[in-house]
Amino acid sequence: MSFEIIGTYAVALLLLIGAGFVIVGVIGLLKFNDPMTRLHAPTKVGTVGIGALLLASMLYSFVQGEGSLHEMLIMAFLFVTAPISAHFIAKVSIHMRTCETPPAPPQDTTWSTLDVAEEDREIAPQEQG
Amino acid sequence: MIAAADLLNIALMVTFVTLALGQILSMVRLVIGPTPADRILALDTMVINALGLVVLLGIYQGVQIYFEVALLIAMLGFVSTVALARFILRGDIIE
Repeated sequence: MSFEIIGTYAVALLLLIGAGFVIVGVIGLLKFNDPMTRLHAPTKVGTVGIGALLLASMLYSFVQGEGSLHEMLIMAFLFVTAPISAHFIAKVSIHMRTCETPPAPPQDTTWSTLDVAEEDREIAPQEQG
Repeated sequence: MIAAADLLNIALMVTFVTLALGQILSMVRLVIGPTPADRILALDTMVINALGLVVLLGIYQGVQIYFEVALLIAMLGFVSTVALARFILRGDIIE
């Protein structure tokens, strides 16, 4: 068993793991029945799946003999930005009132995305909620 | 025991098919998705799956040049998701 053979087996295993995670995330996106529930499936599970695929790509470059860690850059970027985009999508959901409104914050009167500026209260009265 | 190269080929084909199926399923959510948040989320998922397909193509052909493509797709996907969300939140992207 040389490094090439073990590495190739590991690449195949990582590819299958990544494919499994990705398809589970997408099925979650399709099957859940509430916008906030649907949000968590692809943004967490799908990101792990793509991480496994990138790991496989990195390992395969080492198996081929010209190793590089470039994909680490994509992985870091993806793992940092996925929660940010999920946060923005959750804010859209709260803003459009397509989900159950979360309980009122402990100190402010309302959530900032539902807040109406002082000077606009006459044209768009603020709902208490 | 299957030879390593054969197993890698089979795993590559399985992963290609799985990701393509994932693209189709998230396109279904993009079409039926009742709220704008669902549509943005489906687009975001499709961008990330497309990134995975490009990485797979790099493994399949055994070349390194697809790295830049994948990095550009990741960055543009994040920026477009944030731009869409901000457009719905504020009615404007750059105020």
